[in-house]
Amino acid sequence: MSQAQSTQIETRTRAVIAENIGLEGPLLPILHAIQHEFGYVPAESLPVIADALNISNAETHGVVSFYHDYRREPAGRHVIKLCQAEACQSMGSGAVARRFQDLLGIGLHETTADGRVTLEPVYCLGLCACSPAAIVDGEVIGRLDEETIGEIVAGVQA
Amino acid sequence: MTRKIYIPRDSGALALGADKVAHALEDAIAARGIDATVVRNGSRGMFWLEPMVEVETAQGRIAYGPVKASDVASLLDAALAEGGAHRLRLGKPEDIPFFAKQTRLTFARCGIIDPLSLEDYRAHGGLRGLQNAVAMAQSDIVTTVTESGLRGRGGAGFPTGIKWQTVLGASADQKYIVCNADEGDSGTFADRMIMEGDPFVLIEGMAIAGIAVGATKGYVYIRSEYPHAIATMRSAIATARRAGVLGLNVLGSPNMFDMEVREGAGAYVCGEETSLLNSLEGKRGVVRAKPPLPALQGLFGKPTVVNNVISLASVPIILDKGAAHYKDLGFGRSRGTMPIQIAGNVRHGGLFEVAFGLTLGEIVDEIGGGTATGRPVKAVQVGGPLGAYFPRELFDTPFDYEAFAGKDGLIGHAGIVVFDDTADMLKQARFAMEFCAIESCGKCTPCRLGSTRGVETLDRIAAGIQPEKNLELVTDLCNTMKFGSLCALGGFTPYPVMSAITHFPDDFTPRAVPAAAE
Repeated sequence: MSQAQSTQIETRTRAVIAENIGLEGPLLPILHAIQHEFGYVPAESLPVIADALNISNAETHGVVSFYHDYRREPAGRHVIKLCQAEACQSMGSGAVARRFQDLLGIGLHETTADGRVTLEPVYCLGLCACSPAAIVDGEVIGRLDEETIGEIVAGVQA
Repeated sequence: MTRKIYIPRDSGALALGADKVAHALEDAIAARGIDATVVRNGSRGMFWLEPMVEVETAQGRIAYGPVKASDVASLLDAALAEGGAHRLRLGKPEDIPFFAKQTRLTFARCGIIDPLSLEDYRAHGGLRGLQNAVAMAQSDIVTTVTESGLRGRGGAGFPTGIKWQTVLGASADQKYIVCNADEGDSGTFADRMIMEGDPFVLIEGMAIAGIAVGATKGYVYIRSEYPHAIATMRSAIATARRAGVLGLNVLGSPNMFDMEVREGAGAYVCGEETSLLNSLEGKRGVVRAKPPLPALQGLFGKPTVVNNVISLASVPIILDKGAAHYKDLGFGRSRGTMPIQIAGNVRHGGLFEVAFGLTLGEIVDEIGGGTATGRPVKAVQVGGPLGAYFPRELFDTPFDYEAFAGKDGLIGHAGIVVFDDTADMLKQARFAMEFCAIESCGKCTPCRLGSTRGVETLDRIAAGIQPEKNLELVTDLCNTMKFGSLCALGGFTPYPVMSAITHFPDDFTPRAVPAAAE
């Protein structure tokens, strides 16, 4: 990463911090806002946050690495999250995941080589009465079947 | 008069195409120049009928479902004829047997009102509980909640009033109300439905809790997997603030209470109350040792009420109708109603609020209608990933905290996941251990290491490597996890594992084919 890019990340990080620093316990809201801003939590942001909150780099690193949501690198342009929890298991979510992996040619937690699609497991979307369920780019989808799987894959590859 | 047509905005309905139906309806209404408006309500909780469209008529609402966008033209013809005939016509929603058999107290308005209309909320009995509370002494509010018999609906079943009493009795410059909306248990969606379908009831419940214990600030910690619930709660809080329901003078009284939404970050363990508090403080969601109790040293070390969404959302009706009204319903020491969530491989999946005491068999076979696949029910997991698997032989167990504990299970947050006879219980037991390993906060050894060792040992059983010896090892490991873990994640993971081993021993014999399916 160039010096200019690095400086730009720092500047934008400071702006995000300024918006949230007045909150009680501001670290998670700051990290969410950073991820919203950049699509991931850049390593360059962490010392800036640590400095602003007067905590150590180890603490910010510890928090970012604890939570599943925070990305250390950008995701694909489309993100497909497949529920793999019990209610969806009872309706064949394992087979659904295998179907997506076959069609996209990637495993869970992976991104296609062209950076188009990221495939991830998620443990419960609260759509347990319309299993198996997924959330694709923020849109909830229930009762996945061969037809909807095909539509989703066509949509993210378009 | 402008006719109202209702289409849910609940995530469950959205997942089945409710937005497409709503857009098609709006377009058709505009194109035909009809005097009608589309209202986005919550869900009634009958997900096999979603998207369920309801039309206001002189005889009350008439429901149609499940509706596809392609049904809209013919539906509109029928609807405009005062709820006329159509192949999807269901009649009055409240007469549908699944709905008619319920006792809706906490979910009284869910699916009926526009969730973001405070006027609707008021018109349907909202804010009466808070109105009563602002005129009461703090200790009287707490006593009312205690006398109602309300127990924590998050899973632990601790008496809500006792918790409030402890916080009321603590002296501090700041106290907090924290609502645990980190509903991570698979098979549960009651918190999500109420936040999306009737958010003001949770706001009202939290305001009552704040006034009762002297807390001026509240947080709703909602899991990030619930984007619609987060958006709905944020919008409702802003409305409540503008209307003076929240703020310096709650409903014009001298009581101050305000609240905000905080978004989780994908950690299941943050549903554990002390881990949630750490997360709110901006730390790793690591479990804290108790004592000190959060009621005395909770958020930022201050006295804090931590209650589940449904516990808090049940408070307004208790303050409105009185403790006796609530307490008179129920079974044994489980008083009031419970929103049971019927999920997984089930024909009639959804939310069923009812007084405690139905048997598991009644819930699964009669209300749920058996499996969606039409195959025999093999097992039902009750209470989420940390709940036990029940075989058909235990279907006579009444739905009640103590009765389930007596059968080595728990009702938890009242989610029931149905599995048909294709379920492999060794695989389910392995998943319980695997999930615990993925989600362990890492603080205590039995959970952090035990879960991984559990996965390995179950894999050995599946591979036929010394199965008897390894089953003994898993049992011993479960015992260590149950008694040696700091919180319910490590402590309750043995429930699904041991229940699977105990009730489905045939699934734990060595496989003819190696377990390479997954």
